[in-house]
Amino acid sequence: MEIQARKEKVAVVVSVKGRMDAMTAPEFEKNMIDFISKGEKTFVVNLVELDYISSAGLRSILALAKKLKEGDGKIVFTGLKGPVEEVFKITGFPSLFKIFDSEESALREI
Amino acid sequence: MRILLTINLPAKLENLERWMNAVSECARKQGYDQKRISKIELALEEALVNICKYSYPEEPGNAEVSCKQDNSRFIIEIVDSGIPFDMTSLPAPDITSSVEQRKIGGLGIFLIKKTVDEVEYRREGNFNILNLTINRDYDK
Repeated sequence: MEIQARKEKVAVVVSVKGRMDAMTAPEFEKNMIDFISKGEKTFVVNLVELDYISSAGLRSILALAKKLKEGDGKIVFTGLKGPVEEVFKITGFPSLFKIFDSEESALREI
Repeated sequence: MRILLTINLPAKLENLERWMNAVSECARKQGYDQKRISKIELALEEALVNICKYSYPEEPGNAEVSCKQDNSRFIIEIVDSGIPFDMTSLPAPDITSSVEQRKIGGLGIFLIKKTVDEVEYRREGNFNILNLTINRDYDK
């Protein structure tokens, strides 16, 4: 898994590439927690290059979302496709998070 | 029914990748498409993570993964000698509640049941035997 992050005016954009599974999800969670502890509150997570996600990834996302909610923060997603989109749908994640068609629209409307 | 592969390893998360790579390679050789291989990987990971985390609360133990081909069905059999655990008897988690109310966890088994075409569990002596079946030519 590769994680790239850049700071925009309204949010931190985090792009995740590869696989988010039981081995790699903790790394994603840790990266995000580092940002949160530095005071970042708003995240656009781009999953267009993510090929695979399991419940370990969902668990990390949910834990982060809970943490962000407590501090009035926000996490939204873009780039959902293939098996990742499928897993989101099966587990009802689209009703928990805003999902945008593109990074641009996420940054515009967040 | 043909046995294509059997891998017996200590039930540890660090072995996950070896199991996953071997099984998806095996399914690919049998002509399964990427969509079905993703399903196979997901179900296998969820089942193995569960065994690695919960099956052996005291003494460490192994898990044995076998792949079988039966006509146009790919069957993954996972055997462990840990505490009895029948995932087929678990209720589905609530997937409609809000972020605040959502329980962290419980989604893995739900994902297995939703992605593979058949889940079968039996306890034989000291063994948990889980069979996950994926149809090659049609979805459930």
